[in-house]
Amino acid sequence: MSPLVIIQVVLIALVVLVVARLFRSRGARAQAIRRIGLVVFAAFAAVSILFPDVWTTIAQKVGVGRGTDLVLYALVVAFLSFTVTTYLRFRDLETNYTRLARKIALSDARHRDGPSAGDVS
Amino acid sequence: MSSAPRTNDDVWLVVPLFNEETVIADVVRDARHTFPNIVVVDDGSSDHGADAAASAGAVVVRHPVNLGQGAALQTGFEYSLGVTSMRWVVTFDSDGQHQVSDVLAMLDKARAEDLKVVFGSRFLDDRTSPSFMKKVVLRLAVGYTNLTTGTKLTDAHNGLRLIHRDVVERIDITQNRMAHASEIVAQIGEMKVRYGESPVHILYTDYSKSKGQSLWNSVNILVELMFR
Repeated sequence: MSPLVIIQVVLIALVVLVVARLFRSRGARAQAIRRIGLVVFAAFAAVSILFPDVWTTIAQKVGVGRGTDLVLYALVVAFLSFTVTTYLRFRDLETNYTRLARKIALSDARHRDGPSAGDVS
Repeated sequence: MSSAPRTNDDVWLVVPLFNEETVIADVVRDARHTFPNIVVVDDGSSDHGADAAASAGAVVVRHPVNLGQGAALQTGFEYSLGVTSMRWVVTFDSDGQHQVSDVLAMLDKARAEDLKVVFGSRFLDDRTSPSFMKKVVLRLAVGYTNLTTGTKLTDAHNGLRLIHRDVVERIDITQNRMAHASEIVAQIGEMKVRYGESPVHILYTDYSKSKGQSLWNSVNILVELMFR
């Protein structure tokens, strides 16, 4: 298999994975994996500051050629994943916030109209 | 209208309200001739529409912040479920687009055919005349909804619906914004209850046009539905 195909397969798989997460339930495991990923990413970032050539070495192994290109690809995948995670986070937050606001609205209405309001007929 | 007058005491109109100060009082007053029970859910309006609705005789529930029309409907459902005599809920727009006579026809149909839900449809007769582009988008929307929910409707994004208490109890709208119309259809489709459609006339007045849903919103709706 030519090196270029390898990176294409890896990138497409990653993108599909990120999108697939949209439809999957997310729990403690997903969160743990994300955090481990973040730690690994940070560690690798530190390593690549000390040894800038490490990107080029890996890039050539997977068939990208230049290290900067590989950084770009990694960034795209990371950004996509961040977008999705944030979107889902906000959705959950919004659901809770809505429930809270609804509770306040309903209890206010009952208070204003008296405890038996609407229940008289 | 009918020979044996019904009081419609068991019917609750749920009217989401957002900045419709100019028309809401007339809408409430007009509807109350036929339907005494109206709950207006003020969705964090910045005008005085809620006060106007209250003085016109509606029960007003106020969202402390703006949440969206879907959220307002769910709030109205939960309020009316607290009324033990409620048998039917009608979702009714606040801008005067809907006709009370259409609601009566829906009620008659539901009672005669033992239906749990009656959806309003603009496309069962030719009283409503949406613009060409609007027609195309609505057709696409109903096609998508039918495809994804297994229902057979001619107009999925109509705001006028009649829903029986048994169904209201099981509905849980989580799409706060515009995608709630498809969500309601999807949830009712899953319940396997008897539903039907009834022709309604939507008045596209200059007023409603000036506030109306931009067609761009259909893109937003699609995204909201896909990224559930």
